[in-house]
Amino acid sequence: MAEREQIKKQAPSRSEPEQVEEVPAGSKRGEELKAELDELLDEIDEVLEDNAEEFVKSYVQKGGE
Amino acid sequence: MTGPCPAATLQAAASRPGPCPVATQVGPTNAPKRGNVGLVAIVKVLGMETEYGIIVRGAAEPNPIAASSALINAYVASLERRVEWDFGDESPGRDARGFVRDTAVAPEVETHLVNAVLTNGARYYVDHAHPEFSTPECSTVWEAVLYDKAGEAILARSVEAAARYLPAGQQVSVYKNNSDGKGNSYGSHENYLMDRAVPFSRVVQHVVPHFVTRQIFTGAGKVGCEAPGAEQVDFQLTQRADFFEEEVGLETTLKRPIVNTRDEPHCDAQKYRRLHVILGDANLSEVADFLKVGTTALVLAMVEDDWFSRQGRDYSLAAPVKAMRQVSYDLSLRQPLQLANGRRMTAVEVQWEHLDLARKYGEDIGYEAVGGPEVGAEIVRRWEEVLAGLESDPLSLANRLDWVAKYRMVSGYRERHGLDWRDPRLFAMDLQYHDVRPERSLYARAGMERLLSPADVARAMTEPPVTTRAYFRGRCLQRWPWAIAAANWDSLVFDLGNDPLRRVPMMEPLRGTAAHVDQLLARCSTPAELLEQLGS
Repeated sequence: MAEREQIKKQAPSRSEPEQVEEVPAGSKRGEELKAELDELLDEIDEVLEDNAEEFVKSYVQKGGE
Repeated sequence: MTGPCPAATLQAAASRPGPCPVATQVGPTNAPKRGNVGLVAIVKVLGMETEYGIIVRGAAEPNPIAASSALINAYVASLERRVEWDFGDESPGRDARGFVRDTAVAPEVETHLVNAVLTNGARYYVDHAHPEFSTPECSTVWEAVLYDKAGEAILARSVEAAARYLPAGQQVSVYKNNSDGKGNSYGSHENYLMDRAVPFSRVVQHVVPHFVTRQIFTGAGKVGCEAPGAEQVDFQLTQRADFFEEEVGLETTLKRPIVNTRDEPHCDAQKYRRLHVILGDANLSEVADFLKVGTTALVLAMVEDDWFSRQGRDYSLAAPVKAMRQVSYDLSLRQPLQLANGRRMTAVEVQWEHLDLARKYGEDIGYEAVGGPEVGAEIVRRWEEVLAGLESDPLSLANRLDWVAKYRMVSGYRERHGLDWRDPRLFAMDLQYHDVRPERSLYARAGMERLLSPADVARAMTEPPVTTRAYFRGRCLQRWPWAIAAANWDSLVFDLGNDPLRRVPMMEPLRGTAAHVDQLLARCSTPAELLEQLGS
């Protein structure tokens, strides 16, 4: 873990993912986008595989090509 | 032989000297006829080959090979019922069989894997432990995207059809992605027809920088990382960057190279090579798919016309393999890459300069090689739109690029539920983005911009493209499936019962089009007549 943190510190130019998701806050368009995303996330809650952990664990592929 | 020498439509005299001198001509679209003398990029005939991920649930010992076979057999059987093809006389041992037999049970694992050629000219088969769909040969990037999406629809229908054959309690599902998140990857390949005369070293020199930097719009996005030593990556642009270790090589399953040297032209090898591109992600997004093949076809046309050197440009990277991961891991899109000549540029900047070169290429030379001025203009327009979006506000592309759409969903879900990036629900979302069943797919819910009409995609599931040899293959399979013993990219083998098998070579990808063979096919009411007319 210490090593991981060190790697992170050594690469300060890499922006954290959070930076990308900034939406113009407060603007009308920003609110619309937020509402759209909320709706989408509600839907995802409904269709997401019931047992995510089991699903992810069972998803094992042989290499191809 | 009477008539206008139909054999000329299908083969070049170089491979089979015959009574048709016109057969030596490559075709009208290939003639160097543009402004500048000496610039002769050939038409970028192209295709895509996608291996799909597959899982079987409810089975004690899931067997992906058997499941893939069942999937394809079930699909073909569902078509057979509809058009009532008669496969009574098939002998199962024959190689490269055109069709698979209707079957009422999931087939057992055979050494001889299922391999179907469809009436749209595509190949649908089991490769390793995956169902794989290869589009027919296409002559424009629009067609390539259309048939790639038709492939998805075929897989979705296959899943439905397979449900009838699977034992009770078992369920198969299929994913158009490239990684299982555990270090196993499977491919989504593109192929482009190129002039054999172009030095391969020049191809490598100029495609590598494009391949590395195009990831910013071709990436399908991935939660986490599968490359040793990069475990701190929470989300990256691509599925595939983790799996590439070499710059150039022949391998596709280990030590994967950025430029693959597999040399299987499936046509006249004296004249052509078929660049086999293995590093791309499978795209669900139609815009990303269009740009992936569109920008690449354009770059390859420029390479053929030596456009980079003529414009004094060289974007060779100092360390391409490292740069591939660097680009994939850099969600800020702002980390500069080191070029071999000392410049430092971001991937977005490299792509901007490629776009400028492509625009000038269009003005000076034209876009004939990529399907004409309208297609070229659309590639350039979309390219610019996406680069501008990536530069100013990547999230504005959440309805156009796969990685942005996926990132928006996954990070939104993560925030809402206060999850760690290692939470299995986020990995599950990643996988489910690629589920081919519309009722399960997260891609289908992302509000993505569509370029194709559902009616066109539905038609492309059974109808071949009209502008390549896939047309002849597809039409023959539609009309006389019982008479075709084997179909391959560069030939059709007919079995008329009493005679020896008769092979019709198709060595020119741009012969055998609707314009070439429609009249011929209309004149023939039996395959015997067709073969007589062809002089085969």
